[in-house]
Amino acid sequence: MSLLTVNNLGKAYRVYASEFQRIGRWFGLPIKPSEEHWVLKHISFSINPGEAIGIVGQNGAGKSTLLKMITGTLQPTEGTVHVNGRIAAILELGMGFSSDLTGRQNVFHAAGLMGFNAEQINEVIDNIEAFAEIGEYFDEPVRTYSSGMQMRVAFAVATAIRPEILIVDEALSVGDSYFQHKSFDRIREFQAQGTTLLIVSHDRGSIQTLCNRAILLEKGTVIKDGKPEEVMDFYNALIAEKENATVQVRELQDGSIQTRSGSGEASIESVTLHNAAGDPIEYVSVGENVSLRIATRINSSIPELVVGYLIKDRLGQPVFGTNTHYLDCKLDSLEAGETVNYSFRFAANLGVGSYSVAVALHTEASHLSRNYEWVDLTLVFNVVNISQSEFVGLAWVPPTVECSR
Amino acid sequence: MLELLKSLWSYRGFVFSSIRNEFSARFARSRLGGLWMIINPLAQVAIYALVLSNVLAAKLPGIDNKYAYALYLMAGMLAWSLFAEIISRCLTLFIDQGNLMKKMRFPRITLPVIVVGSCLLNYVLLFVALLVVFALLGQWPHLHMLWLIPLTVAVTALAVGIGLILGVLNVFVRDIGQVVPILLQIWFWFTPVVYPVNIIPERFRSYIDMNPMFPIVSAYHDILVYAKTPDIQQIVVTTVIAVGLLLLGLFMFRRAAPEMVDVL
Repeated sequence: MSLLTVNNLGKAYRVYASEFQRIGRWFGLPIKPSEEHWVLKHISFSINPGEAIGIVGQNGAGKSTLLKMITGTLQPTEGTVHVNGRIAAILELGMGFSSDLTGRQNVFHAAGLMGFNAEQINEVIDNIEAFAEIGEYFDEPVRTYSSGMQMRVAFAVATAIRPEILIVDEALSVGDSYFQHKSFDRIREFQAQGTTLLIVSHDRGSIQTLCNRAILLEKGTVIKDGKPEEVMDFYNALIAEKENATVQVRELQDGSIQTRSGSGEASIESVTLHNAAGDPIEYVSVGENVSLRIATRINSSIPELVVGYLIKDRLGQPVFGTNTHYLDCKLDSLEAGETVNYSFRFAANLGVGSYSVAVALHTEASHLSRNYEWVDLTLVFNVVNISQSEFVGLAWVPPTVECSR
Repeated sequence: MLELLKSLWSYRGFVFSSIRNEFSARFARSRLGGLWMIINPLAQVAIYALVLSNVLAAKLPGIDNKYAYALYLMAGMLAWSLFAEIISRCLTLFIDQGNLMKKMRFPRITLPVIVVGSCLLNYVLLFVALLVVFALLGQWPHLHMLWLIPLTVAVTALAVGIGLILGVLNVFVRDIGQVVPILLQIWFWFTPVVYPVNIIPERFRSYIDMNPMFPIVSAYHDILVYAKTPDIQQIVVTTVIAVGLLLLGLFMFRRAAPEMVDVL
């Protein structure tokens, strides 16, 4: 059974010619709003226990509105949200804290606001105190707290009792890095126990590490719902594509999804990986010297060309990326019909595994300024360990060892 | 309606802790703390008594306490302060708590209940203080005072009804928040709190019956100053009006609650 079902959800902010018309409507008068502003429309999805879902989208795409309707602070204009279980949100920590009360009193108050009774709170108050780790301050007025301490208490309350669904704003920083680790450990622990996570984030990395599914919102509708990698690729392309061109998505032979976008003044002809002898390869041994060759074609004259590539691991996490802007090798005033070939030489100091390469043609430092073409998954290669000692991890950082006893 | 009560019951812990927190927050950083809630109306009474006693004391028939006018003032003020406090706090309640309502999910009905609880707490404290003052002025507690219990319920219902309606409207039409304090001020002076009803000219006397606070304040006078049973019939009328307004207020609150968050 699904934990959360969102069915054809929509939210409109209504404007009336006069507020008295709005009031008249409550009493059943047949009045139409003068203006309806839909911020979300036709949103449907369902979520199963233990899933971790990233909600991504640009500012104003409707992420917060969706989450507010899921938590129940906003009422949907159409459609339904059906929740089996308790939802906790750590979006706004410290709501309802009163600065003149002690941490302990505020904990009781805030937990009451979350719907717990005194008995339930008494059961977990010691845990909350222990988790917050603010020592004697727990019984001091909150106004004497640093903002980090307040966050600690607030986080400890919000997660005192494991919810079925936990909504997390990833950008929210909870105190110092020690506590951030601690709080993320708790979130992961909940997830392991079956809590479904809903994570709002702009950060590709955290979406891909924490989530097994992502939902992309754009202009109030779900435009992509799938594996975090695909969705984030699409999202990246979308950011680059604000101007005019289209985003193309195509399924590769192995079933993965390639996203291609760009305005098309320049295009990528081929991307290949070669060994030191110049032969194209698919398998690379750890530490081997290789060259990444990128052939491009200029379709219409452009003032500047920068080529960048990004090596990603099998989960889509960026491993290494750079471009000719940073490498001081950008070209100016290119004419239509020209072809430009690049060769990036490097030692494949990578851990064992499968990697993909995304390539982008653009101007200036990043593809966000002007994006001629961006292609994900242009090339997939595997790193194998033939000659080196056994190791784990994404990077090959070979040490020398000395030991004494 | 049942659902409303049910959600209220499950949030009772929150309601009580909110009332307690509000109360203890008052003591937190001031020496006299909650006493200010009593000192304030008493000071007002003292001012009126000082300024007006010579003019109005003679107009109070039927009691032979030389502090009669002060007693009269305090009795009326007790009723009015509860009434006015609930209305003015309900008026800005949803706007003040807008942030919380936008960010947290909890039964909205707890908000007015917290206001009522905390106003009643003030009221009880004020009442106890008045009993002490009354005793000092030679008026001892008596059994008729039990009438104050149903009266308190009636005045609370009336105030909450009006407060809810205005509070809900104020979210959408902010002018309400500006005009209501003025209207309350006018209403105060059209209710015989400071002056005895018999100084109102005969031809205006009939209008005063249209004021639902008049029977309540008169009943407080009857009980506290004259130590007699109040006029039940009048109070019943007010109570019916109060219940009607309360139901209307709750209805509007229910209808408006989903839209309130949209405009806050």
